[in-house]
Amino acid sequence: MGFEIPKISYNGAIKEIPLGKESNRITVGGETCYPFHLFEGNMPLPPKIAMEVYDATPEEWPQAALAPFADVVHDPAAWAQKCVASYGAEMIALQLASTDPNAQNTTAEQAVEATKKVAAAIEVPLIVWGCGNVEKDTEVLKRIAEECAGENLILGPVEEDTHKALGAAAIAYQHTIAASTPIDINLAKQLNILLGNLGVPDERIIVDPTVGGLGYGLEYCYSVMERDRMAALTQEDERLQFPILCNLAKEVWKVKEAKLSDEEAPLLGDSTKRGVLLEAMTALLFLLAGGDILIMRHPDAIQLVKGFINDLMGS
Amino acid sequence: MALTGIQIYKLLPKTNCGECGVPTCLAFAMSLAAAKAELAACPYVSEEAKTELADASAPPIRVVEIGTGERKLKIGGETVLFRHEKTFINPTGIAVLVTDEMSDEDVAGRLERFKTLEYERVGLTLRADLFAVKSLSGDAGKFEALVTKVKSQTDGGIILMTEDPGVMEAGLKVCADRKPLIFAATKENAEPMAALAKEHGCPLAVKGDGLDEVSELTTKLTEGGLTDLVIDSGARTIRKAFEDQVFIRRGALLKKYKPLGFPTIALPCEMTDDFMQETLIASMFVAKYGGIVVLSDIQGHSLFPLLLARMNIYTDPQRPMATSPGIYEIGGPNEDSPVLVTSNFSLTYFIVSGEIEASRVPAWLIIVDTEGLSVLTAWAAGKFVGDIVGISLKKSGIMEKVRHKKVVIPGYAAAISGDLEEELGDWEVLVGPRESAHIPAYLKEWKA
Ligand code: B12
Ligand code: SF4
Repeated sequence: MGFEIPKISYNGAIKEIPLGKESNRITVGGETCYPFHLFEGNMPLPPKIAMEVYDATPEEWPQAALAPFADVVHDPAAWAQKCVASYGAEMIALQLASTDPNAQNTTAEQAVEATKKVAAAIEVPLIVWGCGNVEKDTEVLKRIAEECAGENLILGPVEEDTHKALGAAAIAYQHTIAASTPIDINLAKQLNILLGNLGVPDERIIVDPTVGGLGYGLEYCYSVMERDRMAALTQEDERLQFPILCNLAKEVWKVKEAKLSDEEAPLLGDSTKRGVLLEAMTALLFLLAGGDILIMRHPDAIQLVKGFINDLMGS
Repeated sequence: MALTGIQIYKLLPKTNCGECGVPTCLAFAMSLAAAKAELAACPYVSEEAKTELADASAPPIRVVEIGTGERKLKIGGETVLFRHEKTFINPTGIAVLVTDEMSDEDVAGRLERFKTLEYERVGLTLRADLFAVKSLSGDAGKFEALVTKVKSQTDGGIILMTEDPGVMEAGLKVCADRKPLIFAATKENAEPMAALAKEHGCPLAVKGDGLDEVSELTTKLTEGGLTDLVIDSGARTIRKAFEDQVFIRRGALLKKYKPLGFPTIALPCEMTDDFMQETLIASMFVAKYGGIVVLSDIQGHSLFPLLLARMNIYTDPQRPMATSPGIYEIGGPNEDSPVLVTSNFSLTYFIVSGEIEASRVPAWLIIVDTEGLSVLTAWAAGKFVGDIVGISLKKSGIMEKVRHKKVVIPGYAAAISGDLEEELGDWEVLVGPRESAHIPAYLKEWKA
């Protein structure tokens, strides 16, 4: 008799989005099937991992996350270089956490300077991520867009409240946008429509659905991503046919269980391996749900996930 | 799976006698199709129709039970491909491998970790479920001894792993009363294994080289009267194993293909030598359709993330877990103890109350009804705002229980402090830390 594999027919495809400078271009997207469902479609461009660096020395990181970068955390450019040289980072994500008015509230000038330094130190595409405060992100990311014209940055988060200012800057200075909405497929679609209306070309849009870490809201994000892919690939929802970015490391490593030491939590095993697995597992689940770009932190977690991507893509 | 009213009607007596409570057979058929009536309400339905209807209404993926008593594990019974469509029902069982060639120490370590690695989260106990006891030596006596040891030291479920029916029988002799999963029937040994499964009333795993072979085996076994089957497609590479899981789930749900309408078992322990990678592979099967995963070992740092993954994937996507609103006393607070307020999302409540407890500072925790949304989400949705929080505080009766007039709000909700002060009159609103991990330090400093 023989079992006939039930295949799903897709009628849509994810757009291919080129990132970074022409000399060192990385393209993401292009899927014509659900994640890793390679028996019925293609993933011509395997998912990519961006390693994060911070604009100021992180203060609350657990030892496990800090250790690999202890020698460079005070200098984002050196940090970025180490990620590329020692850990083979495919992209860098500069997190402008210190610009947060609730944190050090550093200025737009300082952020521009940090961005320029990092951009000069690496060849790979650079993601620049604001602090999430609407007013401050508008000011900071706009300045960065202007002063780093020609760098082909990926700027995020670009939210509904900031999309006009940042969308216009991205058009004028040729950057890519990470369109960010809070875990809601309709809001995601709406923002992509707004960006289109503003004149942002499709090949400059990446979608950030907002993510929570394992045990802290991951399931909502996982399902929104699955629904997003379903709409894009089987319902021809053209305004959702964009690659997905998951800014996950900062969510994973901020939770209590990622920070407890071996002594504080004997039932949670080795603190470094625990943190690595929390991060890698969060990343893997998002890959299975449709992630194209993962922003990650720990080199061991990244290595595990890269291996997994190869295994899922391989024969 | 589900029959339409018309299809059911064809199987009914069509006499319209009305004894079932509705005037016509057609009306009764419609009620059945809508699951608003029980077939038993019609006294005249034929035996033949009964079997046919039962068959047609059987779930597309059979529910298989392993073990007995409190720790009985149910797998299968899934009805969707994506969790947002309806909820995944029976969480992936997590099994730990012990073999008869492991040192006593290795076995003891696994038994010990199986017992102690338990975690309370949102009011649930998270832990591993089963022991996979494997014969490597082929020696029936050794196997029997190991099964005896495992059985006596744990109340978890058991999987017996050997392809030698003689050895299997030795294991079953010891633990058949615990309803273990027999692993596995293959092309070579299907008959004697099926006989053992029947004799002892135990579920049987089927291991084939690919889905065609599996289908042939399950067909043969069901024809022989066995219904509680579990599938191992034989794939041991990540990509193939992932694809097989998708094929099996789709075959059962989209094609109603009966030979694959069973839960699956996956063996990350046979797919890699790297323990970290193995755990990650297990999480893939949690998301993508594994009924059971067998791991070479569990450690706190591997099991805890995996249990979180399982909890996340198997929660109801439509209804957040919520805690009832009101006053919660932590550590025996008195009239000078601090008052804190938070949302009624279960996760938030358990995290925050856990931190307050850890601080050892007795405190009052007021839970506001946010319809199960977390603090930030509720704030963004207008459900954790000044007037709502203020009214809940007043209604809770906390103001009569304390002498001071101070309430601590979550740091992420700092924006509501002005409105809340206005609502509360002469009470002072203190903005607490953002992350709950900082609550203990904060409470130790707190003064009435
Ligand atoms: C999962 C999630 C959802 C889920 C809801 C899950 C739930 N049951 O609440 C869904 C998908 C439904 C959702 C919906 C929305 N969401 Co939402 N969501 C999240 C997400 C990813 C995680 C939230 C979570 O579960 N956190 C874990 C819990 C435990 O956190 P918590 O309750 O805040 O508790 C922590 C602290 O506050 C503190 N704490 C708690 N209580 C107390 C008390 C005291 C006294 C102290 C000191 C501390 C303290 O301790 C806890 C641990 O540190 C976050 C983003 C993120 N990564 O955090 C966005 C987020 C909260 N959502 C957001 C938004 C905007 C929304 C929507 C309004 C979107 C929309 N327009 O539809 C809706 C609102 C819901 C509605 N309309 O019904 C925004 C809020 C933006 C803002 N800053 O205001 C966020 C931050 C995402 C973003 N960056 O845009 N969301
Ligand atoms: S009791 Fe049975 S036979 Fe009589 S009307 Fe109902 S369905 Fe028809």
